[in-house]
Amino acid sequence: MNIYVCVKQVPDTEARVQVGGDGKSIDSAQINTILNPFDEFAVEQALLTREQHGGEVVALSLGDDGAAAAIRTAMAMGADKGIHLKTDQSADDPLQVGKELAGQIGGSGVDVVFFGKQAVGNEHGQVGLIVAELLAVPAISEVSSLEVSAGSASGKREIEGGSESFETPLPAVFTTQKGLNEPRYPSLKGRMAAKKKPIEVREVTLDEPLLTVEKISYPPERSRGMIVGEGAAAVPELVRLLKEEAKVL
Amino acid sequence: MAINVLVAVEVRDGELKKSGREGLGLARKLVEQAGGGEVAVVLTVDSAAELPARLAAAGADKVLVALRSEFANYCPGGFAAAVAAACANVSAAVVIIPASALGKDLAPRVSARLGAPAASDCIEASFADGKLTATRPAYGGKVRVTVSFAGEPAILCIRTNVFDTLPADSSRNAVVQDLPVELGEAELKLKITGVERTSGERPDVSEADIVVSGGRGMQDGENFALLEQLAQSLGAGIGASRAAVDAGWRSHGDQVGQTGKFVSPSLYVACGISGAVQHLAGMASAKVIVAINKDAEAPIFKVANYGVVGDLFEVLPALNEELSKQS
Repeated sequence: MNIYVCVKQVPDTEARVQVGGDGKSIDSAQINTILNPFDEFAVEQALLTREQHGGEVVALSLGDDGAAAAIRTAMAMGADKGIHLKTDQSADDPLQVGKELAGQIGGSGVDVVFFGKQAVGNEHGQVGLIVAELLAVPAISEVSSLEVSAGSASGKREIEGGSESFETPLPAVFTTQKGLNEPRYPSLKGRMAAKKKPIEVREVTLDEPLLTVEKISYPPERSRGMIVGEGAAAVPELVRLLKEEAKVL
Repeated sequence: MAINVLVAVEVRDGELKKSGREGLGLARKLVEQAGGGEVAVVLTVDSAAELPARLAAAGADKVLVALRSEFANYCPGGFAAAVAAACANVSAAVVIIPASALGKDLAPRVSARLGAPAASDCIEASFADGKLTATRPAYGGKVRVTVSFAGEPAILCIRTNVFDTLPADSSRNAVVQDLPVELGEAELKLKITGVERTSGERPDVSEADIVVSGGRGMQDGENFALLEQLAQSLGAGIGASRAAVDAGWRSHGDQVGQTGKFVSPSLYVACGISGAVQHLAGMASAKVIVAINKDAEAPIFKVANYGVVGDLFEVLPALNEELSKQS
């Protein structure tokens, strides 16, 4: 099978995030970056699919020089090849990114494409679905179980308080989330091998964004509340406060 | 300038989700800020029954009913086609879609079909000086990003439990129209073949008005029985920290935080949760936070309105008993 996995390098979830001096960007200088945690499930599922059906896993990432790190991690886990769609544009608009990815993936004879369900950072969770829609192939988001066979796939996607079962022909796009699989750690051997695998760099120019960042600010700080008391003795007063002061019970 | 706003509402088991009324509340506010216009709803169902009247009472001027047998379950391509057709029908300047599992799946499809910009998980939106802006949390809630939109319609996927609903007004009337939707092979390739409920009677953590949540301090999955009992008496949903999910005590669908669900309940009770920054990302927008933790220095107390320092295995049974006494 011809398998693509789209990955993104994102700020570490533990990183302190500082608003840039212009008030509409993030100061990225001090931020450690990692492979998007949801993309780990996508890479793992791509590798499992290859192990079952044979073929090749291509890791694709769009972004500046830093994007190559996401491809290297995917390769260290086991992806065969990498494609780096290189641009220094800010790429904050999911439609702008989706159009470029669809243009690059379309016509490649792909059978399945995996994405993480969203990238921590921007948190839009749109690009995988946009790519599928533009390629006119089915997309299933937030997949929690998946069975791929020749020409078709079935599985489940999560909804509030349960799941939906689906069936789809291939080619198709899947966005992955926690619970789908247990992503493997890149082995030392995998990391060494990744250095020798090819990354094809394609310079790209994105369409003008339709979604524009006007301002980035910090959320209002929650002020520290009160300690009602210690142990079980505090319970009657807690309940009274929730009823009479906060009025939430 | 007048603007028309379209709201895509979600119906499950014949019932209108509350998120639809929240969407209507926002739509009415935007129309008012813009100086007039119409609020329309697109209803994608296999049977409309009383829904149009309820939508009128919740703020709709017009209800477009896309009635098809395929719409008994979520039909991704079909729903996207219906929303696109409804947009054209009412010349919508803004489309509002709930950021539910269904809406988060639907909004990007509509965006791609219409070549229109979409902002996910909006918590604020307003129309001023002829321009729509929306604000959404990003970087795990560490910052808020305000965006503007070029071209129409602007698609707002809105976080549930955040926007105010309007009081139901049964004297309001709406124009109800059939919306024909042409479905081609492409729209029907993907089939949703069934829906399975796993949470029982309990509301999902992302929809619940009260959430009780357990972390590492619960020590074992079986101890969540204490939270089950609390949730039962409060009508609450049950959440969990990443530590509790990774330990296998709860399913990942319950996880609250940056790599789980984002929740905005009116009350969030954190039990044995230290308050790692990734967890706070998922629940810091709750209206009232209660923390029960034996470590007085735990970061969760920095965001909690009310804290109880103590062993949750003493505090929770006492809380369950106190609530049963009062009910």
